[in-house]
Amino acid sequence: MLREITLGQYYPADSVIHKLDPRVKLAGTILYLISLFAFRSVEAYVIATLFLGTMIYISKVPPKFMLRGLKSIIFLLLLTSIFNLFLVPGNTVLKIWKLRITDAGIETAVFMAIRLVYLIVGSSVMTLTTTPNDLTDGLEKAMGPLKKIRVPVHEISMMMSIALRFIPILMEETDKIMKAQMARGADFESGGLIQKAKNMIPLLVPLFISAFRRANDLAMAMEARGYHGGEGRTKMKPLVYKSRDRMAYLVLLAYMAVMFAVNRLGLVESFFA
Amino acid sequence: MNIVKARKLAYEYIKLDEDGKLESKSRAVDDVDLDVQAGDFVAILGHNGSGKSTLAKHINAILLPTEGTLYVDGKNTQDESKLWEIRQTAGMVFQNPDNQIIGTIVDEDVGFGPENMGVPQQEIWQRVEDSLKAVGMWEYRSHSPNKLSGGQKQRVAIAGVVAMRPKCIVLDEPTAMLDPNGRKEVIQTVHELNQKEHVTVILITHYMEEVIHADKVIVMEQGKIVMQGTPREVFSRVEELKAYRLDVPQVTLVAHELQKAGVPIPNGILTIDELVEELEKVRRK
Repeated sequence: MLREITLGQYYPADSVIHKLDPRVKLAGTILYLISLFAFRSVEAYVIATLFLGTMIYISKVPPKFMLRGLKSIIFLLLLTSIFNLFLVPGNTVLKIWKLRITDAGIETAVFMAIRLVYLIVGSSVMTLTTTPNDLTDGLEKAMGPLKKIRVPVHEISMMMSIALRFIPILMEETDKIMKAQMARGADFESGGLIQKAKNMIPLLVPLFISAFRRANDLAMAMEARGYHGGEGRTKMKPLVYKSRDRMAYLVLLAYMAVMFAVNRLGLVESFFA
Repeated sequence: MNIVKARKLAYEYIKLDEDGKLESKSRAVDDVDLDVQAGDFVAILGHNGSGKSTLAKHINAILLPTEGTLYVDGKNTQDESKLWEIRQTAGMVFQNPDNQIIGTIVDEDVGFGPENMGVPQQEIWQRVEDSLKAVGMWEYRSHSPNKLSGGQKQRVAIAGVVAMRPKCIVLDEPTAMLDPNGRKEVIQTVHELNQKEHVTVILITHYMEEVIHADKVIVMEQGKIVMQGTPREVFSRVEELKAYRLDVPQVTLVAHELQKAGVPIPNGILTIDELVEELEKVRRK
């Protein structure tokens, strides 16, 4: 039952976006998020929508996967919209009892909603097209400069990739322990929340012990194979930019330039100007 | 030439109580002299707690001797500056296949050792290819280790060690967690490495069937080496092995019982064919 959980949300497909260097995708996502918050105008949002739509289309990931991530923020989305709707001061459009809906309120609510949705969908494009492994590699490389201020970048990414490898193993183990405890009469199903949490103890204790034992074994195996940190290490699959990655950076640059230009020129007067 | 040479080797596990005071001491390895010749296939047998795993961990310099010295390919394991060289010379394969695979993809895992050694990228790929082919796992190079069987995982682990081009491989009960098929796969792979690549193999096990093709068998009990010799020599001493709570291969046991019952056959029969041959001789008489 536990084994059905898939790790991350990688959706395998053969597309340009899938093949891009993870660093490009990371940079792209961050730039896109910045652009959403930095530029506030109708044109900017039109361009952002077009850009996002094109990316989803190119990625060959079915849009319903993209929208799946929205489920988790639907409550947050409603809450912020309602607060913005009623609490932003401005010219009253509609008055219900003591609550006033203002024009500025509607505007902010709509913009906030769009932003949040794009934020989630935008980062989904990255997580759906990048394997967790590539993501870790990309992060390690992208965070490289932080080594200078003594951030243990290599160690962090090593921990992340080991954690990724052991998640399915520990899941399987959880399943085994659960079955073993159930065979001895343990009850994981009934009772209230607190009772249920208490019932988890006979599952968690053996799981933790086993996880520590595994960690100990793994550390020994790594040492035996000559692991001594990131120094003097070579990479079997180093990240190297290819021409398509350079192209992608150009596209990103173009997108940012257009966004900037639209906002500066103010072709149509911005709502907030 | 001796690739592993131990003189008066001893190791003590020290147990401290909560205040950091000495609670108990136990000598896991006691006064061991060991010589392993390059290219040999040596099997170390022993009951649980006989010190065989502790001894194995010394060869890779994971543990350092409390007393005595151990030389691996002429290098003293206590010399810290030679530590990484020693680990490269003597690779180690452990019992649990899951807990020694680091990579999330088979080829990445095999490349882990060479990566640590700072081997250039091009050569890593060559080594990964060579070693995966040597253990017969090349077709699985882009699989996730989680989807392999126990025997396959263990072969990947062996490939990971082979990729470091060691002169000697120490296998610490590599088959203890495998089913009979997996055991056969792994032992066969190890024998092939020994014969084709001339890698020295030190196999630690408690399965008697796995040691009958070894060049030398060492029996350990309570941290000491108690028997040493070719499989035939060791297995002809059935009563003695029983005293160390070790089983002999079934065929050897049958032959031994027949001998005790008065059938004139020699000591130390290791395979069914041998026994059949000897019995034929007896019948013709």
